[in-house]
Amino acid sequence: MIKVLFFAGIREEVGLDELKIVEIDNITIHQLKQYLQNKYSISSLSHVMTAINESFVTDEEVIKDQDIIAFIPPVSGG
Amino acid sequence: MTESLFRIVRDPISVEEVTNQVSRREAGAITLFIGTVREFTKGKKTLSLEYQAYEPMAVKMLSQIGEEIKNQWPDTLVAITHRIGKLEISDVAVVIAVSSPHRKTAYRANEYAIERIKQIVPIWKKEFWENGTMWIGDQLETTEYPEGKPVKEE
Repeated sequence: MIKVLFFAGIREEVGLDELKIVEIDNITIHQLKQYLQNKYSISSLSHVMTAINESFVTDEEVIKDQDIIAFIPPVSGG
Repeated sequence: MTESLFRIVRDPISVEEVTNQVSRREAGAITLFIGTVREFTKGKKTLSLEYQAYEPMAVKMLSQIGEEIKNQWPDTLVAITHRIGKLEISDVAVVIAVSSPHRKTAYRANEYAIERIKQIVPIWKKEFWENGTMWIGDQLETTEYPEGKPVKEE
């Protein structure tokens, strides 16, 4: 099982803070983005950064069981 | 020092408290950056703001900025506190304090810190206007991340 976290505009679009996905096996971030875009019709995942377990990763990174994946839209703190 | 140097808080920030976190005998200068909520952006009137954070990662990224500064300017000490939740006009959103033996380093390191916050720290700002709301992408609303990762500017 993996956990996916949503923030800011994406959180409002999906209507969820987080999502648990059970049927995940060795997929990449890119594949996860496609899966979520199809399933939840999210418009904005192509331009978001991704973190696995609180570290930035690229779209090629492979997701492992128990990972926490966070989609990070362009930040606007400060 | 009891409090961590890198914090995300919900209550109003005490500028003095953050300043005290970097105060030390070796310091000849302390620079402060105080980020506040602006009323007008490009002519549009903001009523209030809401900041949201991915808190554990935001703290981690603030600490990373601290490390980057330590590597670049070894004699500095940095403390950063960012507030999240609902903020009103003129409220303090972020305080960055840097101490160092000499002022130039303290100025430079402080500016570096705020620039990096705007690049890598997972905090988002939602603007509330008279006629709607919007999550602000980045300050220019032009940044995309084709490589999937933020990069250092210039």
